[in-house]
Amino acid sequence: MKYLYFPGCSLKGTGKAYEESLLAVFNALGIELREIEDWNCCGATAYMSVDEAKSYALAGRNLAIAEREDLQIVAPCSACYLVLNKTQQGLKDHPELRAKVVKALKAGGLDYKGTVQVRHPLDVLINDVGLDKIAARIKQPLTGHKFAPYYGCQIVRPYATFDDQYNPVTMNKLLAACGAQCVEYPLKTRCCGGSLTGTLPEVGLRLSYIILNEAKKRGAEAVVTVCPLCQFNLDGYQDKMASQYGRVDMPVLYFTQILGLAMGLPASELGIKRGIVSAQAVMAGR
Amino acid sequence: MPLEQKIKYESERDQDFARWITSQTGGENLRHCIQCGVCSATCPLSLYMDYTPRRLINLAREGFKKEVLSSFTIWLCASCYACRVECPKKIQVTDIMYLLKRRAIEEGVYPRRFPIPILAKEFGRMIFTWGRVNETLLVIDLFLRTNWFKFLSMTGLGINLLRTGRMSFLPDTIHRRTELRKILQALETENQKEVAK
Amino acid sequence: MAENNHGSNGAPRIGFYICHCGSNIAGTIDVAEVQKYISTIPGVVVSRDYKYMCSDPGQEMIAADIKEHKLERLVVAACSPNLHEETFRKAAVKGGLNPFYFQMVNIREHASWVHEDKKAATEKAKDLARAAVYRVRFHKSLDKQRVPVDPNVLVVGGGIAGIHAALTLANAGKKVTLVEREATIGGHMALFDKTFPTMDCAACILTPKMSSVKSHPNITLWTYSEVAKVDGYVGNYKVTVKRKPRYVKEDLCVGCMECIDACVFKEPKFADKFNQGLGKRKPVYIDFPQATPKVVLIDPETCIQLKTGKCKKSCAEACDREAIDFTQKEEVKELQVGTIIMATGFQAHDAKRSPQYGYGRYPNVFTSLEVERLVNASGPTLGEITLRDGQHPKSVGIIHCVGSRDEKTNKWCSRVCCMYSLKLAHLIKEHSGAEVYNFYIDMRTPGKGYEEFYDKLLAEGVHFIRGRVAEVSDWAMKPEEEGKLVLRVEDTLAGFVRRIPVDMVVLSVGLEPRADAQEMRRRFNIGCGNEGFFQERHPKLAPVNTFTDGIFIAGACQGPRDIPDTVAQAGAAAAEALTLIDTGYVELEPNTSHVVEEECCGCKSCVPLCPYSAISFDEVKKKAAINEVLCKGCGVCAAACPSGSIRQNLFEDEEIYSEIQGVMAK
Repeated sequence: MKYLYFPGCSLKGTGKAYEESLLAVFNALGIELREIEDWNCCGATAYMSVDEAKSYALAGRNLAIAEREDLQIVAPCSACYLVLNKTQQGLKDHPELRAKVVKALKAGGLDYKGTVQVRHPLDVLINDVGLDKIAARIKQPLTGHKFAPYYGCQIVRPYATFDDQYNPVTMNKLLAACGAQCVEYPLKTRCCGGSLTGTLPEVGLRLSYIILNEAKKRGAEAVVTVCPLCQFNLDGYQDKMASQYGRVDMPVLYFTQILGLAMGLPASELGIKRGIVSAQAVMAGR
Repeated sequence: MPLEQKIKYESERDQDFARWITSQTGGENLRHCIQCGVCSATCPLSLYMDYTPRRLINLAREGFKKEVLSSFTIWLCASCYACRVECPKKIQVTDIMYLLKRRAIEEGVYPRRFPIPILAKEFGRMIFTWGRVNETLLVIDLFLRTNWFKFLSMTGLGINLLRTGRMSFLPDTIHRRTELRKILQALETENQKEVAK
Repeated sequence: MAENNHGSNGAPRIGFYICHCGSNIAGTIDVAEVQKYISTIPGVVVSRDYKYMCSDPGQEMIAADIKEHKLERLVVAACSPNLHEETFRKAAVKGGLNPFYFQMVNIREHASWVHEDKKAATEKAKDLARAAVYRVRFHKSLDKQRVPVDPNVLVVGGGIAGIHAALTLANAGKKVTLVEREATIGGHMALFDKTFPTMDCAACILTPKMSSVKSHPNITLWTYSEVAKVDGYVGNYKVTVKRKPRYVKEDLCVGCMECIDACVFKEPKFADKFNQGLGKRKPVYIDFPQATPKVVLIDPETCIQLKTGKCKKSCAEACDREAIDFTQKEEVKELQVGTIIMATGFQAHDAKRSPQYGYGRYPNVFTSLEVERLVNASGPTLGEITLRDGQHPKSVGIIHCVGSRDEKTNKWCSRVCCMYSLKLAHLIKEHSGAEVYNFYIDMRTPGKGYEEFYDKLLAEGVHFIRGRVAEVSDWAMKPEEEGKLVLRVEDTLAGFVRRIPVDMVVLSVGLEPRADAQEMRRRFNIGCGNEGFFQERHPKLAPVNTFTDGIFIAGACQGPRDIPDTVAQAGAAAAEALTLIDTGYVELEPNTSHVVEEECCGCKSCVPLCPYSAISFDEVKKKAAINEVLCKGCGVCAAACPSGSIRQNLFEDEEIYSEIQGVMAK
């Protein structure tokens, strides 16, 4: 199995642990991830507020470069995953916009056809690798550990391509395959505040706090996420939350980290120590 | 407290603005709104908004441009797409928020207390220069331009990020920056042509 | 008007009429220009435009012109022939012309309604009208054939619509067979406790009608049965009905229910479908005490004897009438009827398709049909409002428009939900004293006494919050929300979002076409509209007719409607059937095929192609023969005949070729 890998800016910065654990797990499962040559920022949610066509062109450049090879893209960051998919869909639905963007990409020497498929690593693990094969690789099951599976917004909305948009279950299945338990978690797709946590901290903090506090109330020892921005918001601001609402002390891990631990990969390869809130409880006995 | 008149006159409506919205991508079916309010109810941020998304949509289709473009609502949208998924009329509320943000930036009418438009612009500038975004630099830049005090209050987080090796002060960059600029410039020229029309 | 004298040098004299249809046609098409243009075509003796051709003066004008100008052919450019072909044929007859010397051109549905460019639409109207003028020259004088109408009627569906239609016909002395899929008649209405807005007891007004059906000498009631096949045509339908085995002899069982007591299952164990799964039943059961017919049945899925053949059959022992028969098989019956009334009803929206409301996930989220059973004095809780754990709710939220007015599920307004939600709000408050919240998008109460009912509920102190609920969830933000179901909604009249904790949520599910509506449509050869309900012939003027003569529709199979409207429609459908029966005959369209014997080579290729089995082969003459009564005029045989010996009236070669020439000519 071979895919083109679109890391996005976060996985090279605050989301390093996501990249480390993703690469380690995929490598151990024998899946090749080749970084898209000279990829650029997808534009995230911010650029759409500046210029529509340019925003599509930014994502379009990456897609056009990827099209040169007959491979699917794996985009681990939820914002990148959404923006790349939104671009494919938007350029399909709006011919005028497409003409404009295609022309601009041509000016840069690129050819956009809109043929490449953009996948999330969770989708790849469940549907391409398969739970059976993953279960067979679990060496140190996380028996007795309870997690809150947190999917966030943008991998299930608005395009629910591989999971249910109201009650997604793919991560629950994956965590179950790792031997862990999932708490009933009605906030699994509620927004963490996204980039607002940076710009309007008082607003973002509340959203993130609700998500963490509910996980704690339901007995989860960690929140498991699929998105670097969610991880950053939930993990990075717990000190600030403590001063406003009370301390939660909830480790926030990537699903790839959990999978890596269960597969028996060393914690050092999975960036476990990069969490601001320590994940010691999860690591107990390892 | 001074008394304020709430009455609106027909002359205060901007019908071109209403027409403009429905001509934009994402705004096409705005007029189908039945004002059920499910967008506001599902929105995790509507509790901070001056107009709930439902009210904003009605103001937009009636052409109350000033209220719409200067509202907090559009800047509070975090693009979580919950409203778009819930809307019984399949109105693309998130995309409408985007197109209103663009228009507000263009007309320079956004509320000053929100640093979001500045973040969006800085984000764009950084991509134009480097092709990628360094979150650390972006955030520092943002706070320096808007709120020094807030910046200081964030130092705890900064130290934590440094400790865990998640902070970098070197801009990440792509190799073919000229290729990217050519693409963006081609669209800029296109935009200017449209404005001239 | 334009008149000219290019007279009848052998060619027939044609009159052309174009209708404005108010502004429906004239708003888009320049009718005067079309009229003027057609008047220049050789053979057109009279050409006129008129505001409403279908009106009396319009028809009179045609009849008078035929006489005065000795017209031999007639062309009317107006609306769809579905609507007014008959009208203008009659006008032709009035003027003394054979009705088939007439051709109708549809310039409304085919031009003015579907185009915006006036010039182009006018050109298109000219082309279509010219084609008709070219064609009509070759029309022949034809006669309609009369066939008798079988006076027996089939009613499909035993809800309130089917019951009312069957009784109306039977009271008029007609023989009716009522076929119902379930084990009892009564339909959805039998589930209800009260009916809005008068709050009469549903059972008190329904069950007498149910027993009248059972005892009426003119009604044959077949429950637990389905129509499998329909052949024939108006006045002469042949219907095949499958009667599923009840494993109980219907003529012997008196409904004493001793078999139920005697069943080896001491306690009821299986989900009771009639009670929406809220109660339990045994493998041998009866839906409810007033079930009609009052005959028990045995469920083969759960009965030990039917599943394994190893039961001591205590039920059979208990029955002194020896009514239980484990060897019963499905029966296939055939019926001959002249008319059919479809009253197959609706199905409730599956609340699981609206996952944001947590039905199936949170036990105390109920559907409105479940609550109908809960408030029902003869329901599983004898009218007590209880949660799934038996507790009583202190607060109840009723969410309107679940599976209505929503493009993700059903686009339409289901029409009855506002009113039944008000009814349930009233009953819940009355039975439990709970605080009741109604969450609505728009309150729709158009009906006699309905607004008055709404007013009463307002006075009773039920909360009305205008907003579509976004989600039902069980996470708490405040102490008072702990352990409750929390509804998140924008109070759109107040302009802010509210979180409202309740003990019980009721989902007012919308009305949908039945899952097998499409299959039924094909079986009965009728149509379905975009939404999937059966299509009426005309939304205003032929609401119970279908496009198939002799088949009528009544009740919610045509679209969501309440009981008063359903009963009115059932009466109308019965009256339509009676009209046909009492006329005694129907006239068949003469657009049938016939074989020109001397040209037929006897290859038989047409015989198996005919979908109506109207073609036979005369073994003596070695020629094909078409039964014109059975022929529906589909044209398959005429197209397939290798020797060209099959001709179809109104679709003769010269008629079609000249029509094509006409449309192409400029």
